[in-house]
Amino acid sequence: MSMVNITIDGKPVQVPEGTTVLEAAKQVGIDIPTLCYLKGVNEIGACRMCLVEIKGAKALQAACVYPVAEGNEIYTASPVVKEARRINLELLLSNHKRECLTCVRNKNCELQTLAEELNITDLEFEGEKCDLPLDETSPSLVRDPQKCIACRRCVAACRNIQKIGVIDAVNRGFTTTISPAFGLGLGEVACVNCGQCLVACPVGAITEQSSIRQVWNAIADPDKVVLVQTAPAVRAAIGEEFGMPIGTAATKQMVGAMLGLGFDKVFDTDTAADLTILEEGTELLQRLQNGGKLPLITSCSPGWIKYCEHYYPDFLDNLSSCKSPHEMFGAVLKTYYAEKNNIDPSKIVTVSIMPCTAKKFEAKRPELGDKGLQDVDYVLTTRELAKMIREARIEFTKCEGEFESPFGPASGAGVIFGATGGVMEAALRTVADILTGQDLQDIEYHDVRGLQGIKEASVKVGDLEVKLAVAHGLGNASALLDKIRAGEAEYHFVEIMACPGGCVNGGGQPIQPARIRNWVNIPQLRGQALYEEDRNLPIRKSHKNPVIMKNLYEDWLGEPGSEQAHHLLHTTYTARDKF
Amino acid sequence: MSKRRTVDITDQQLKAINDIIDKYKDMQGALIPTLHDVQEYFGYLPIEVQKIVSEGLGIPLAEIYGVVTFYTQFSTQPKGQYTVSVCLGTACYVKGSGKILEKFEEILGIKAGEVTDDGMFGIEACRCVGACGLAPVAMINGEVYGRLVQADVQGICDKYMNE
Repeated sequence: MSMVNITIDGKPVQVPEGTTVLEAAKQVGIDIPTLCYLKGVNEIGACRMCLVEIKGAKALQAACVYPVAEGNEIYTASPVVKEARRINLELLLSNHKRECLTCVRNKNCELQTLAEELNITDLEFEGEKCDLPLDETSPSLVRDPQKCIACRRCVAACRNIQKIGVIDAVNRGFTTTISPAFGLGLGEVACVNCGQCLVACPVGAITEQSSIRQVWNAIADPDKVVLVQTAPAVRAAIGEEFGMPIGTAATKQMVGAMLGLGFDKVFDTDTAADLTILEEGTELLQRLQNGGKLPLITSCSPGWIKYCEHYYPDFLDNLSSCKSPHEMFGAVLKTYYAEKNNIDPSKIVTVSIMPCTAKKFEAKRPELGDKGLQDVDYVLTTRELAKMIREARIEFTKCEGEFESPFGPASGAGVIFGATGGVMEAALRTVADILTGQDLQDIEYHDVRGLQGIKEASVKVGDLEVKLAVAHGLGNASALLDKIRAGEAEYHFVEIMACPGGCVNGGGQPIQPARIRNWVNIPQLRGQALYEEDRNLPIRKSHKNPVIMKNLYEDWLGEPGSEQAHHLLHTTYTARDKF
Repeated sequence: MSKRRTVDITDQQLKAINDIIDKYKDMQGALIPTLHDVQEYFGYLPIEVQKIVSEGLGIPLAEIYGVVTFYTQFSTQPKGQYTVSVCLGTACYVKGSGKILEKFEEILGIKAGEVTDDGMFGIEACRCVGACGLAPVAMINGEVYGRLVQADVQGICDKYMNE
């Protein structure tokens, strides 16, 4: 690749030809403001916040998409550049619903940050406001068109990364809005609720359907027993909400803080992940040995499940019939735990803290309950939990606590569920032991780790050569399923997660602004935190978790895959319309 | 969220639309020519028709709807028996065609781009029709009315209503 020499604000820099001005400037420590730019997702030069002056060019150019050429003299902070950016920002603000104090994104809004950084103290223009109503049709996501700045980051996340495209720019000019077709709501179209649009949104135009108030009410109700569980990926990210570095495993602080919120018990979803492995591993062995439908595809990710129901219904029989871990846990809490502790199940309120917005929809599925009680009553995102902790004025970083008995601690296999490839690896650890009849020591399956879009591996387990594939992000999942459908690839076991990087990068996780996300590999850092926690745990295989084997199976469920297990821990799927 | 009548597509119509899709689907930029031909055949582009195009071209429905709402030539509403086209080209606009459009909207009770419930009238705002000497101009199914003032509009509407 040929290199070119340019100067930026007088600083000479040598970069590969084709590098954008934005990236070249980053290399010499010059920070150009951006708003619509999201690296690898939305690179369209639409918002004009990153304008720079290039000597000899007719007009100001958008740094995020302008490729440098030999000899370019670039100015990123000249008076004309600053004035142009200021006017553009003022125009964006002129018709924005400026209710920052009560906005869910207060203090984590890229528009607000820019207004402060560009020292906007007064608006010259007062624009006509958009009067479109809130879209509250989805049980997972809420859209507020009045806060939308039409940057199209959500559109790009949905269409380019997830390859779904349920939202797009509609109409033209001033009346342009981002919306599903025909003014429908997100709950009325084939949206899978993954929330990748939400974490891409720079402002408060897409947020989660919050259940914070309902959970506070349940905690305050003396008649209710409120049992909370946290997914593996939550611990790998919640610290970010309290100023801890990205990639910090904040398990102890998180549990300690939750004990302070007033939940009756704080449990670890990882325990249920171990339970999932026993059930799903058994299902895999049965399908392998009895000629069942293959490949078996994991069912932990509710975004993936809804995607499969809408877009690949011919694969529904491939899905594992296992409920996702937190749903299994909900069912266990309202049956086994209620019985052992003499609690009327109708008085139990189960709350799941999830890195996920799709789990909110999942919890409302009528098939995920029994005797009129839903397995899980409320799902809160990692962000919502952080809001509750702040509201309770708990000093997160000083908290310490352990997950409570009888369900903790879980195995390392349960912990890695939160990273792409983790469910596959956890299953292999158990299936390999069962098939060989040994306690294998070599339990790290590095072929299925990492952020490559589709990972393939072939693992020799006893006499069996098991062919595996792992896809994360629905665009990758779609490519993998097309290959399987066309007969171009054959596998025994496939793991699919809706979000790129797996749950650690889910739509319910702390929102990192583009200025961080563009330059830091967030899913990798959060994933590492989980793999590290796994490495430090004494038990790293699900079937070695004594709580699962002794309390749940021996004393209650019988064998994995038993009739009782099927009744409580397994589910069914329904084909849905593509539109 | 929005009120909509549902449209039944006959097997014959489905085949015709799919034939149009087949004609274009392997070329780059297939969407706009496909929409043009489908609208010419079907008259307009309701959601049911856009879904067929989405399925056939493998383009998300929201993206197709985005294109349809971006270009004024495309319509998601059926055309009326009489289409009132009010010219908003520069000459007509300067001569007050905006007021003429408002009057048509007021009398017929619909906005530009809509069709009356009985399907009789539709209103469109159009670009220059090349009759600037007669500005401001409106056309109804090709018949030209020039040098209009607001007071003329009621009489013109009555003429078609009584036909």
